[in-house]
Amino acid sequence: MAFPKAQRWLLAALLLSGGASALSGSIDPYFLDVVMGVGVGIVLASSLNLINGFTGQFSLGHAGFMAVGAYTSAMLSTVVAPRTGLGPVALQWVFFPASLVAGGAVAALAGLAVGAPSLRLKGDYLAIVTLGFGEIIRVVLQNVDAVGGARGLTGVPAHTNLLWTFGTASLTVYTVWALLESTRGRGFLAVADDEVAAEAMGLDTTRYKITAFGIGSFFAGVAGGLYAHLKGYLNPGGFSFDKSIEIVVMVILGGMGRHAGVVFAAILLTLLPEGLRELGSRSIPNPFGGPAWSLDWIKDARMILYSLLLILLMLLRPEGLFHRRPSRMPSS
Amino acid sequence: MTEFLQQLLNGVLLGAIYALIALGYTMVYGVLRFINFAHSDVFMLGAFVAWVSVEKLGLPTRSLLGGLGALLAAMSVCAALGVVIERLAYRPLRRRSTLTVLITAIGVSLLIQNVAQSPRLGFGPNPRAFPELFPSSQLHVGGLTVSTHQLGVLAVALVLLAVLYWIVHRTRIGTAMRALSFNATAASLVGIDNDRVISFTFGLGSALAGAGGVLYAMNYPSIDPLMGTLPGLKAFVAAVLGGIGNLPGAALGGLVIGLVETFVSGTRLSTFRDAIAFGILIAILLFRPAGLLGKPKVEKV
Amino acid sequence: MSASAPLLQLTDVTIRFGGLTAVSSVTADVREGELAGLIGPNGAGKTTLFNLITGVYQPTEGRIDFASAGTAGRRPFHLTGLGIARTFQNIRLFPSLSVAENVRVAFHRHLRHGVWHSLLRGRSFVAEETELAARALELLGIFNLERLRDAPARSLSYGDQRRLEIVRALATQPRLLLLDEPAAGMNPSEKDELMRLIRFVRDRFGLAVLLVEHDMKVVMGICERIHVLEYGRKIAEGSPAEVRADPRVIAAYLGD
Repeated sequence: MAFPKAQRWLLAALLLSGGASALSGSIDPYFLDVVMGVGVGIVLASSLNLINGFTGQFSLGHAGFMAVGAYTSAMLSTVVAPRTGLGPVALQWVFFPASLVAGGAVAALAGLAVGAPSLRLKGDYLAIVTLGFGEIIRVVLQNVDAVGGARGLTGVPAHTNLLWTFGTASLTVYTVWALLESTRGRGFLAVADDEVAAEAMGLDTTRYKITAFGIGSFFAGVAGGLYAHLKGYLNPGGFSFDKSIEIVVMVILGGMGRHAGVVFAAILLTLLPEGLRELGSRSIPNPFGGPAWSLDWIKDARMILYSLLLILLMLLRPEGLFHRRPSRMPSS
Repeated sequence: MTEFLQQLLNGVLLGAIYALIALGYTMVYGVLRFINFAHSDVFMLGAFVAWVSVEKLGLPTRSLLGGLGALLAAMSVCAALGVVIERLAYRPLRRRSTLTVLITAIGVSLLIQNVAQSPRLGFGPNPRAFPELFPSSQLHVGGLTVSTHQLGVLAVALVLLAVLYWIVHRTRIGTAMRALSFNATAASLVGIDNDRVISFTFGLGSALAGAGGVLYAMNYPSIDPLMGTLPGLKAFVAAVLGGIGNLPGAALGGLVIGLVETFVSGTRLSTFRDAIAFGILIAILLFRPAGLLGKPKVEKV
Repeated sequence: MSASAPLLQLTDVTIRFGGLTAVSSVTADVREGELAGLIGPNGAGKTTLFNLITGVYQPTEGRIDFASAGTAGRRPFHLTGLGIARTFQNIRLFPSLSVAENVRVAFHRHLRHGVWHSLLRGRSFVAEETELAARALELLGIFNLERLRDAPARSLSYGDQRRLEIVRALATQPRLLLLDEPAAGMNPSEKDELMRLIRFVRDRFGLAVLLVEHDMKVVMGICERIHVLEYGRKIAEGSPAEVRADPRVIAAYLGD
């Protein structure tokens, strides 16, 4: 039967993450950082996939939910944790996950706050409104001095490790998959396809959309918390529309509504800027015997490449790079 | 009282600029039912084209002819750009879902912004000073201080609005635009070349955005590649406020948003004034999505 | 619930869209287990009436009662839960789902398991999913569609899509089934089959059927009672024979 198999995969993934985490002392720290960044990217992309890809609600403000979660858990770690008198082990293994969940919960509330009024809106309008909410969150964070204001929040302890990132990534992918892989879950797709018909078949479309926003933003918030405890500092500018677009591109590239595709796209698009950065710091020997040609223009080109990629993708292959035939639920 | 009148004047000026940009959004929405995300970047390019024509091509500053030249250059280049974008990026997607086109528009917008920001290909990210285009002096009228620059902005805006009105209501292509916005299929059946009308609409809307960019830079003489984002978003809110697809609505919406923003800037909330535009948008979409002058649509089941 | 009260009762139902009155003072009823028809020239307001009954539109005046309870202010999904199901004039299947999945989502109102169960996937969840798969297949079987169960819904022929819509509506376990032009685009033998299936479904599931149809052979062939609309008003009601002979109905169709 298909069902218990998924849980076995989840367990295996969690154990693997734990194992890798234990060995992380012997891995190059830069590499480790990049890999953990990939894990965060997978959480972000999969969570947005639920909202955009499966439920068809085009949200452009995902970075806002990430920010809410990031700031919540960072504030807990920097302001509340020192007052609890907990030792380092308890902080890393009990307080930290709790702060992640707290961040996710607050982000989920934000998601509900955004989702609820947006329910009647379609396509373009929904996109603009979610964009607006994302920007409002960013502007508010930039202007509230208690969380660091425009200068940002510093001194966040480095609790994030491989277990937390890939553990969360596995959980997110599993959750989205398991949610969809049920009769109730197929309802998300029905709502995305045709709301009127879905209502006529007894589906509470409002509830579906709110659920998608709630769960999606919860995981975005957890990703934010992981991110905060990875980088050690937070800057509101890093949660702007550009960041939301990066996540959207992952979902589109992966093929909206394809679980594995979105994971691959997240991996690719998280590694790509790192790769470009590496490339940009190198130079090509000049065949004509002059000074070597610097490649540092590549760093500037990153966003240009992104936007070209987006346009070409829409013109040539809107179903994404990793499109494959959708899996069917077992019919017998 | 003079304080109030001064703010009122400033608000009207800002509103006129927003109106010009909003008209572009609303015209494109009227004929294609889609929000041209790249519109705000055309606005930005208008300001830069004017800058280039003065700083690099040597048009005289502080002169009426020089100013008009820069303005016309901006409008023509933006019009051409609008037509090209439509032809290359949007027309091939005419039959696809609105989402696909929306994402493409976002891509085009990001492309323009990032090319403009690139030190090698564009202007670099740093803001630069915008030259004085028209001869300027201060006038004092009954306690109010008005610069001729501001009057110039108002005059140009009014002239453009009048020209637009004339085009839309008194020319054949304007009538064709209106027909398209009601029913594209019927329009093509009565012999209208939809593609040409759409190109024209894009060109016209972009020309207005370009003009808006120049006027905005005249008022706030520091330009940078990202200057289009916020005014663009506010103009979009203005278009929705007035009723998206409705031309007088866009003008009215622009005025309202300009006034609200100016008056809010004078209060404690001014740091949040950008967020307020979004707040207005969300409020409209919740309570009166058809906007002030629009008609509520009923979906056919 | 008294056996004499009709299952669906419309009393003086009117709806106005701006200046247009699409339905005007319509009073009609459908009894339990009845096979009823709704006919009228194009633009008479038949689909609008369906939209009113299913809660897509709210009446401007008048009331609609289903199983003796008012439907005013209820959202469509709620009414579906009470037992009103429908098909659409322009087919509205879920294109990204398979044939079987289209049917399965319609079991929604009767699901025992919630979101958490999808995540935990315990034994009873698995059991329910298996049961639902079997039930979907059974329903598809009635309409001879079970061999297409994994095909994407949009790949079906027009006739099969229309029939799938009916299966999907049946999955909601309705007491009243509203069919909007189910025979559109069918050839004569398909129409005969459809008529047989509608009668079968009514007998097997004990539901009432209200049918909008332009094909008079189908309407006169299976309907026990027919309501006639013209320009949003009800102009006649009766048995097929009565309606066929009614001069007002004849005039409406011939456009006097």
